[in-house]
Amino acid sequence: MLELAIDLLLAAGAITLAVLSLAAKKVFTAIVLYVSLGLLVTLIWARLGAWDIAIAEAAIGAGLTGALLLAAWRRLDDNRTAEEGVADGKLKLDGEDSEHV
Amino acid sequence: MFDRLVLHETSGTKPALKSSTKIACGLASFALSGGLIAALLLSERAGPGLAALTASRMDESGVENPVTAVLLNFRSYDTLLEIAVLLIVAVAMLSMQPSATNRSMVEVNHRHSGDPVLAGLLRWLVALATVLSGYLLWTGAYAPGGAFQAGSVIAGACVALKLSGRYHFFWHPLKARLLLTIGLAVFVLVGGFCATGDKRVLEYPLEYAGMLILIIELAATVSIAAILLLLFTGLQDDKPDATQAGRPST
Amino acid sequence: MTQDLIYSVTSLALFGCGFYGLLALPHILRKLLAINIMGVSVFMLLLATANHGTSIDPVPHAMVLTGIVVAVAGTALCLKLAVNINAIDQNERDSNHQ
Repeated sequence: MLELAIDLLLAAGAITLAVLSLAAKKVFTAIVLYVSLGLLVTLIWARLGAWDIAIAEAAIGAGLTGALLLAAWRRLDDNRTAEEGVADGKLKLDGEDSEHV
Repeated sequence: MFDRLVLHETSGTKPALKSSTKIACGLASFALSGGLIAALLLSERAGPGLAALTASRMDESGVENPVTAVLLNFRSYDTLLEIAVLLIVAVAMLSMQPSATNRSMVEVNHRHSGDPVLAGLLRWLVALATVLSGYLLWTGAYAPGGAFQAGSVIAGACVALKLSGRYHFFWHPLKARLLLTIGLAVFVLVGGFCATGDKRVLEYPLEYAGMLILIIELAATVSIAAILLLLFTGLQDDKPDATQAGRPST
Repeated sequence: MTQDLIYSVTSLALFGCGFYGLLALPHILRKLLAINIMGVSVFMLLLATANHGTSIDPVPHAMVLTGIVVAVAGTALCLKLAVNINAIDQNERDSNHQ
């Protein structure tokens, strides 16, 4: 009974985190929620008896993928803010480019 | 063009999709997922699978952990090709980086004044991760663990080192390329060496199977760690001159 | 028994979520997250099928283990391509403006 409850909770948590991650307003939030989905999924692998995969997922799915996504996010985002600064300063003519959040 | 197509939400332009399109997408994915669930519930349960077959041949594999046995003995072609895929990704990543052949593989920025607490933590963490990865590699023979886990733990520790800003990794020097390829090279060499007798490729002789698997795993660990770290550094490094500060002062 | 069923159904629901994200979300990082969620759901289905209560089938486990590593490598390559295209695109726009 308790095991069933744990399984149901983990399953519901995984779906909730996936939906939240996809629906997040900011990309940063989405990435962080995805990393927490990775951690929750690690628990699910452990529940399914896949200890080898749980170890790998904890290191790769929750650690490295998050680091990779955040590094890429920073570069994509960094470029934007730098560019918006430029757009504010001297490129006011191009209305579409200088329009920002 | 690119940022307007795929990054536009940060620039405040209008969303590309109308709400009707979104509803259609939602319906499509709902139907897909519902159909798959229905198929799952209506179909018969999967058979016993290969658990019994694997268990009956375990004493021929040279290890006691069934997952390691499958990975590196019964289906070692899979793993060989997977390491080849990793190497291809590494080559692709390397080709997209600015060339830095004159740099050494690891450069320490001695003048970098980082957080002393972080530096102290890393001193413990990296040693701990190294020991943990050696442990995982060794116990992979009879308990959960193995080359992938060990490699990713080392890669994680090195990512932490890289993030501290004191260390820079460059992958163009020969030494670094050797690290990237050693896993595949050792795997192919061992597999080919097995084929010299009356056995086939990757069919290990029974008495040396455990030792050969450990050798392959050791090399694969190094390569997996190096490739994963290369993937991270390739993404993180901004511009070639952004890492100029990493040059040692000597 | 029921455990397999719970996680199989969960994995398919996750697959649907990921598929929607892939179709409907415009941002490239979100699309990659969606693809990764779909990957996780496939792994979950494989592992749920491999779990027969007492006996555990190691072959799907080995497949998933390789799959996780390949998935992270593919994700990294996609991210690098996106970052590079963005940089090139920006350079072009900057030179056009001047």
